[in-house]
Amino acid sequence: MQAFEYVAAQTVPEAVAVLDEKGQHARILAGGTDLIVQVREAKLAVDWMVDIKAIPEVNILTHDSQNGLRLGAAVPCYQIYDTESICENFPGLVDATKIIGGTAIQGRACVGGNLCNASPAADSIPPLIVLNATCVIVGPDGERELPAAEFCTAPGQTVLERGEMLVEIKIPQPPSNSSSYYLRFIPRNEMDIAVVGAGAAVTLDAAKQKIVSARIALAAVAPTPLFAEEASTLLAGREISEEAINEAAAAAQAIARPISDMRGTAEQRTHLVGVLTRRALKGAIQRVLDA
Amino acid sequence: MARKTHVQTQLNGEPVEFLCEARQSLLEVLRDELHLTGAKEGCNNGNCGACSLILDGRLVNSCLVLGVETEGKTVETVEGLAAPDKLHPIQEAFLENAALQCGICTPGFIMSAKALLDTNPNPTEHEVRYWLAGNLCRCTGYDKIVRAVLDAASA
Amino acid sequence: MPEKKEYKVIGTRPIRHDGVDKVTGRALYGADFHTAGLLHGTVLRSPHAHARILSIDTSRAEAYPGVKAVVTAKDLPAAQDKIADLGEGAVNLKYLCDNILASDKALYKGHAIAAVAATNAHIAEEACALIDVAYEVLPPVLEVRQAMKPDAPLIHENLKTGSMGETADKPSNIASHLQHKKGDIEKGFAEADVIIEREFVTGTVHQGYIEPHNATALYNPDGQLTVWCSTQGAFTVREQLAEILQYPISKIKVVPMEIGGGFGGKINVYVEPVAALLAKKSGRPVKVLMNRADVFEATGPTPASFISVKMGATKDGKLTAAQTRLDFEAGAYPGSPVGAGAMCIFAPYNIENVLIDGYDVVVNKPKTAPYRAPGATNAAFGSETVIDELAEKLNIDALEFRIMNGAKEGVKRADGPVFPRIGFIESVEAAKQHPHYTSPNGKKHHGRGVASGFWFNIGLASSVTINVNPDGTINLVEGSTDIGGTRASIAMQAAEVLGIPAEAVNPSVVDTNSVGYTAVTGGSRTTFATGYAAYEAAQDVKQQMIARAAKLWEVDEKDVQFADGEFSCINGKEEQISFRDLSARLGETGGPVVGRAAVNPPGAGGAFATHIVDLEVDEETGKVEILRYTATQDAGKAIHPSYVEGQIQGGVVQGIGWALNEEYIYNAEGTMTNASFLDYRMPTCLDLPMIDTVIVEVPNPGHPYGVRGVGEVPIVPPPAAIANAIYDAIGIRMTELPMSPDRMLKAMGKI
Repeated sequence: MQAFEYVAAQTVPEAVAVLDEKGQHARILAGGTDLIVQVREAKLAVDWMVDIKAIPEVNILTHDSQNGLRLGAAVPCYQIYDTESICENFPGLVDATKIIGGTAIQGRACVGGNLCNASPAADSIPPLIVLNATCVIVGPDGERELPAAEFCTAPGQTVLERGEMLVEIKIPQPPSNSSSYYLRFIPRNEMDIAVVGAGAAVTLDAAKQKIVSARIALAAVAPTPLFAEEASTLLAGREISEEAINEAAAAAQAIARPISDMRGTAEQRTHLVGVLTRRALKGAIQRVLDA
Repeated sequence: MARKTHVQTQLNGEPVEFLCEARQSLLEVLRDELHLTGAKEGCNNGNCGACSLILDGRLVNSCLVLGVETEGKTVETVEGLAAPDKLHPIQEAFLENAALQCGICTPGFIMSAKALLDTNPNPTEHEVRYWLAGNLCRCTGYDKIVRAVLDAASA
Repeated sequence: MPEKKEYKVIGTRPIRHDGVDKVTGRALYGADFHTAGLLHGTVLRSPHAHARILSIDTSRAEAYPGVKAVVTAKDLPAAQDKIADLGEGAVNLKYLCDNILASDKALYKGHAIAAVAATNAHIAEEACALIDVAYEVLPPVLEVRQAMKPDAPLIHENLKTGSMGETADKPSNIASHLQHKKGDIEKGFAEADVIIEREFVTGTVHQGYIEPHNATALYNPDGQLTVWCSTQGAFTVREQLAEILQYPISKIKVVPMEIGGGFGGKINVYVEPVAALLAKKSGRPVKVLMNRADVFEATGPTPASFISVKMGATKDGKLTAAQTRLDFEAGAYPGSPVGAGAMCIFAPYNIENVLIDGYDVVVNKPKTAPYRAPGATNAAFGSETVIDELAEKLNIDALEFRIMNGAKEGVKRADGPVFPRIGFIESVEAAKQHPHYTSPNGKKHHGRGVASGFWFNIGLASSVTINVNPDGTINLVEGSTDIGGTRASIAMQAAEVLGIPAEAVNPSVVDTNSVGYTAVTGGSRTTFATGYAAYEAAQDVKQQMIARAAKLWEVDEKDVQFADGEFSCINGKEEQISFRDLSARLGETGGPVVGRAAVNPPGAGGAFATHIVDLEVDEETGKVEILRYTATQDAGKAIHPSYVEGQIQGGVVQGIGWALNEEYIYNAEGTMTNASFLDYRMPTCLDLPMIDTVIVEVPNPGHPYGVRGVGEVPIVPPPAAIANAIYDAIGIRMTELPMSPDRMLKAMGKI
């Protein structure tokens, strides 16, 4: 493993200053479960690791029905699924945090890191997209906000400019009669990277018979996690039915541009987008019905 | 040679100081600098769990933690589990259930099981299997390991 | 034939002797070894699957601060002599040496090219990157049938096919061809009413032990070489080092550390000679550790294979003929386990007419190594699937069909040996009567399958010494590395002889200077053969102790009897003394008692297993979930039943992994694209149910307690059993391993 310097930043400005000064040779260390492996395997050259875990803002974890969820960029997965109100209101995000790596990974890995690592197969990004999450980014020129769906630009690439860091993820409180669901296909039952991932969020009408709105997002079928816009909008106003769900699944399949690699073939992935989109939608709907 | 940092941490209940390079993982520090070789390197990328230990009360893969990150933290390893004259109940259960063959994964499984039982003292078989899925064993087929953890929970 | 006996120690479940060290983290495995002045070695590996090495320039690495030594194949004595001697042994030696450090060609991605010793592993790794190697990249050959084509690129320019004593004229990638014949195959098929012929493909798989290979070497100024490593056999490491380094065996001491799994993969040496070369050049102790990618890419997986099987039976269910062709990938150098596969494939059945052809074929993949019943799992995937199909066509219960045709004592295998008393039928009966098999299985997409397996087991040499302590305990010294509880199973056999508890034995696994020659822990031989040696050494102790009692009582030795741990006088004198009390009186009766035995027992009884699996197929995703699994197996006599169960459970789960997901995935350039535990996908505990076991005991006449080796055969049936269950679930015969979700989707016509 290459040599590098380690800085434990205590404040956001301190971290931003180091990132700004060192540019691409500096990386933020949060959970480290991707970064340390990538540097060890020489897939990434890093001269400075900026540990942000001592910064209060990146550890924030609050939820109320007014402001929704405020999730600090470095909050590890287990804190998310150990918080009851998050499980109740954002179950799709919780689904993802429970399957990222094993228990030991979830002790360190964080949703912010999953975003910044920008893997096309990142499990937490489809739920963030369907839950309308916003990324709060701080840089030398101040703060900006951006929808989670726009954060990743290519495999391993994000919108972050020199000196910028992700500080917080904000997720609005879902309307009543809403729920969300995320699942992925993997050949084992744990410890795998998604061959395909699918997240869905739905809002039903008061009678729980009609879909008021739906959002669907996919992982591992394009260079970045995808918001399946057409599949989502075609469900608005529809009765809950196999037909509607199948149409959405077909629309999701239409935007998938998967590759073949050691984790799965393009044909398998395209096929699975249909299967998983159906299962994600049904899972989210069932959660509303069960509530 | 790369610069070394002075780190103070709490290791198995005792204050410990060491020098390490930033690139040295906690696993490397334990094994190469402190000669605590109970945590094992099976993959060095977080996929086997042989290096599992408890950091500030939470299960982690020590190959994915930098030694310098442990400044001021609490580290529990398999070496700190047994009392001087008595094994920990999980260790006893592993022996009673013949839950190890080659034994290389055993320290990781035991620490992982301890973290589980610390948070969930009465897990179901499924909960045990879910929690331990990050620990690979190639000898046992897991049957006796799962039984040992369930036994330790009911002990 | 041993009789059914009541035992005091055998068959009980004591805590293993090395248990406390292993649950407290104190047990020292190879990578845990530390000594003053230790350097760390790292190996530079070929990025190409097939390339000529044009030049290696190590000067920049040698000049790098912290580097103490750099070695290449030029530092290997034997490799330099290879052209001087082209006899058959020398050729093999060249292969052996070239696999340690490539001399002229890199034959697989990951092939060792050079190595660096430095003050820490990071510096050694940095220095490796400074070694300049010029390659001429050649087209790789990655699959057995491609490699067998006449126009395939040649991996070894001088390799010519050896076939039943003849050597071909032209070079080829086919290293050898073997054949076993029994009866008249044409006649056998003519007698058959039903004939099934199928072709099967299996992928390259790895043993997947959790501990990477490791070695630490030290040359003393007097020329004594000491190597500490994790190995299945310290003596075989010593032998290989002596050959590769051309160094006297008397100057090499191998110290076996605790070993973190082997399954056949830790018999061949890889980093041991490299550590020795670096130690010699640097004058310091050097530790070389593989990382996980190295383990996948540069140790010995077990071969991919192409198998055709044709079997015929009469309409009343009698197998009349069986024919197979086994094409096995040897990897970069000849020596696949095709021979063992050929020995096992039809062994469970009494078939009059058999023809078996096997081919050993080199490809640009790492040189294969044994993996738990090597060759037998590949072979059984073919034969046990065809057996299932025959039973179905004949409308006979699949287990009943096996019983009807099952091999028994006196049946001759196609490869020659005649079975002594074996327990195949008993293992199938146990499965047939098991509540698992008799339970209903009717749910949609659920399937049940069965399959059987055979492994011949081996004997080989083992040595044991026993020292009697004054408190009636014994110290048992052995040379078999303990991978899964054999300290206990060996100690228990000595304890049984001496009428003492298992806990009264202190077993130690020692270095090659400290015990008689002992072959590897492999071939399911350790509890059988080293246990046999322990039995004999304990008998030796018993005889000597009888002499001491006789001396104490001033009677003839023949008048002393030993039973249940008590010596007594049977000539009318009222004398009795326990083993423990007599142990305290050795000083006054002649001094220490040391028992010893060296054995090479011929009667390693074969092992048979029959498995039942229930599973569910997700028809939309192609994923297979194992719901229930039961394994029956003839263990001869289970010395420590917990560890017999453990061997069965572990073998089953490796077989499940092989069946469902494990395989080496290569790109067109010959790079393995899934060389990590993340993407190689071995089963986790969340992928499995409990694995039920039934131990059948048909004593092996070749062992005093009836022991049969148990470790290997449990991996043989699972892929076929799972394929048969998938057929039961969805009506599709899977013929390619692994039966991964994408292959399942293809077979179901979903993609």
